[in-house]
Amino acid sequence: MVGGAAVVSLISRWAHRRFERGVRYTEQRLGGAPMFKWLMRYVFPDHWSFLLGEIALYSFLVLIATGVFLAMYYVPSSALTVYHGSYVLLHGQQMSEAYESVVNICFSVPAGLLLRQTHHWAANVFIASIVLHLMRIFFTGAYRKPRDLNYYVGLTMLMLAILEGFIGYSLVDDLLSGMGLAIAYGVALSIPLIGGQLATLVWGGQFPGNSTFFARLEIVHVFLIPLTLLGLIGVHLAMIMRQHHSQFPGRGRRERNVVGTPMWPAYALRSIGLLLAVTAVLFLVGGLIQINPIWQWGPYHTYLSENGAQPDWYIGWLIGALRLMPNWELVIDGRTVIPNPFWGGVAFPLFVFGVLYAWPALERRFTRDQRRHDLLDRPRDHPTRTAIGAGFLSWVVIIFAVGATDRVYYRLGISYVGEIHFWRAGIWVLPILVFFITRSAARALSRSDARPLRGWQGAVMRRDLDGIPRVLDESAGDEPGEVTEPPVGTRPGTDG
Amino acid sequence: MNDGPKGLGLIAGLVVALRVVWRTLRGRPASSAGAAAPVTEPPRGEDPRQREIPSDRRAETWVALLLFAAAACALAFIVFYVIEQFDTQLLGLALGGAFALLAAAAIVAGKMVVPQATEVEERDELLDAAAAEEVVEMVEAGGEGISRRGLLTCATCVAGGAVVAAVATPVASLGPAAKSLHASPWRRGVRLVKDVTAEPYTADEIEIGSFYTALPEHGDPEALGAGVLLVRLPPRYIHLPVSRHGWAPHGLMAFSKICPHAGCAISLYRYPTYAPTSVAQPAFTCPCHYSTFLPGRGGEVVFGPAGRELPQLPLMVDGDGYVRAAGDFDADVGPSWWGVRRS
Repeated sequence: MVGGAAVVSLISRWAHRRFERGVRYTEQRLGGAPMFKWLMRYVFPDHWSFLLGEIALYSFLVLIATGVFLAMYYVPSSALTVYHGSYVLLHGQQMSEAYESVVNICFSVPAGLLLRQTHHWAANVFIASIVLHLMRIFFTGAYRKPRDLNYYVGLTMLMLAILEGFIGYSLVDDLLSGMGLAIAYGVALSIPLIGGQLATLVWGGQFPGNSTFFARLEIVHVFLIPLTLLGLIGVHLAMIMRQHHSQFPGRGRRERNVVGTPMWPAYALRSIGLLLAVTAVLFLVGGLIQINPIWQWGPYHTYLSENGAQPDWYIGWLIGALRLMPNWELVIDGRTVIPNPFWGGVAFPLFVFGVLYAWPALERRFTRDQRRHDLLDRPRDHPTRTAIGAGFLSWVVIIFAVGATDRVYYRLGISYVGEIHFWRAGIWVLPILVFFITRSAARALSRSDARPLRGWQGAVMRRDLDGIPRVLDESAGDEPGEVTEPPVGTRPGTDG
Repeated sequence: MNDGPKGLGLIAGLVVALRVVWRTLRGRPASSAGAAAPVTEPPRGEDPRQREIPSDRRAETWVALLLFAAAACALAFIVFYVIEQFDTQLLGLALGGAFALLAAAAIVAGKMVVPQATEVEERDELLDAAAAEEVVEMVEAGGEGISRRGLLTCATCVAGGAVVAAVATPVASLGPAAKSLHASPWRRGVRLVKDVTAEPYTADEIEIGSFYTALPEHGDPEALGAGVLLVRLPPRYIHLPVSRHGWAPHGLMAFSKICPHAGCAISLYRYPTYAPTSVAQPAFTCPCHYSTFLPGRGGEVVFGPAGRELPQLPLMVDGDGYVRAAGDFDADVGPSWWGVRRS
């Protein structure tokens, strides 16, 4: 044991000397010590909701790692071939080489299915965490000056991520994704004036496209969009580090400072822990929970489709909008000017993102608040913003849920036609209700400062011998430390 | 592939292990933690700064154990890769487990082993008005002494625009002109063949109440206009416009299989087996957005988002009883675009 301890101390002294020498080596050449000092002292305010963006970043890393592996095997070709691989049920089927290569990844490449499923799960987690991150940013007012620029960058990344995910599962050329591409073609065609040119340029002709189509999709999926995302992630992080993170109000927290855990060592270790935990969860679900079993869908042919098809969840809102839309087309003098898919497939997402992009400027105009904000709001303290956000969100979520009306019909037997007619009105009525309910709930919470989501709210009373009720202090439900948060006085402008 | 019991055993083992780790970490006797780490009651004042050195040997032991366990899991992955290459569940468990244990080690170390500090940093005043003004002046000073500034700006814009346009022009080679959208493989006399065997359909084998997928003989089966729906309707359901007289010999009718809404293949056919049903007529429904078309009325839309009729293919039956196209579709097939040819 003594010998072991001596060896350990020898190793650690050796490592210390190497480390010192290494630091001197780089310093003489780059002189980065002040920057490293700044970086190690960089302060992160602690709140669980700040981890959502980190989860997105870390799932992106997993996507790159698993994606590189998949790209080694993927064949971007629509040339037809007859399958004779290891999955017997598809033997003799005519399919594209692209689909064959992905079936081979699943069944002929060791650990291939694990990496493919992990990649697919990671894409879902990536987009979900961006959406949740966006909701956190919106409801706490983190998009306000000076972070509005960064908010625009984030929205752009969300759009790119959705497109990237859609193109990713379209590369497979299975029956399900082929139907998705057909719809994408219909949506591209529907853009007024330029739709025909645009769709023939993207597909290299009429759907299903010329022989280079999957090569085009692949270069966009593995190079153009990931590279753009990487660049934007760099900009996103650089901007936030320049401005520092926003923080919730609390003891010693003012508009002009930032209170929290420094990067080195505690925060770095915890964040690395999060990276590893995200990776762990993705590999666990990738190994244990089946996702997109493409061998069950079979190969795509333009003249085939399957019933009950559903896209990945982040495309669901567009499917809902396409299904909900009445069959209006703008036809002038017998010529189609605006085909129907334009409304649900182009106008609807453009409107949603347009509102999101415009929001910071709109809010500045209506509140006349041009100041810089580094303290976050509690959602309840801004009832109107919270209510508008909740109403808008519910509008999109209901349209998303309408994409599943056919499943409701299969499961519960409620008429599909009836459901569609109901929701054509419902998507306008319900968000208004959500708006008013949220606003009054936020106002009530802001006034009473109740915390309905934090467990025990009451206090235990005991009546004394002389009949006077007293609160027993030790049974008050608040955790220690919570008392340090200021109660209501956290409205904007009440700068600490 | 599916080695259920082994996978389940592993899951159970992992769950038990995680529980043990969790309980041990949570159930740390408060006294020992308190003795090792002097609990610093945060001062009530404005300054939240604090630094605490946990010096917790027990936590250090846990981190080491977790790291060794992670190494074991990672080695297990390599072993599984060699002996059970295609057991996706086992591989995922081993690799995910290795990362999970590493994550646990990093988080325990981050929260209980290394110094815990709360720091305060001041934020920069972002706007430095004087510096911003200087930037503007420096940029504009770059144009000092230039007398024909307007002319040069104008020329730069023209050159820039022209070069960008020139560089962007090859994008046009990505596709043929949009007139290729009108392409269809159907001509008068082309036989309708089966989608799997490529044998031609005879009129006799088309029964009332089912639909058949047909493709053009010798045509590209993947072309958008190739697939058609072939049905036979009894005369009571057929109400074709006068202009389509003779398009449905013996009640045989063919329609493009591609929905004119968004391009999915139509795969649902409702035929009223019993008298009163929701649609009293035979109907095609697209499974993507549920546009519903009546073949008996020439492909008319009765429900859903489709904005135009399903294009109909005129048919004829030749002397040998084979079904043939009597011409091309009466409209463009596939999703609509600006200026699509409607029926």
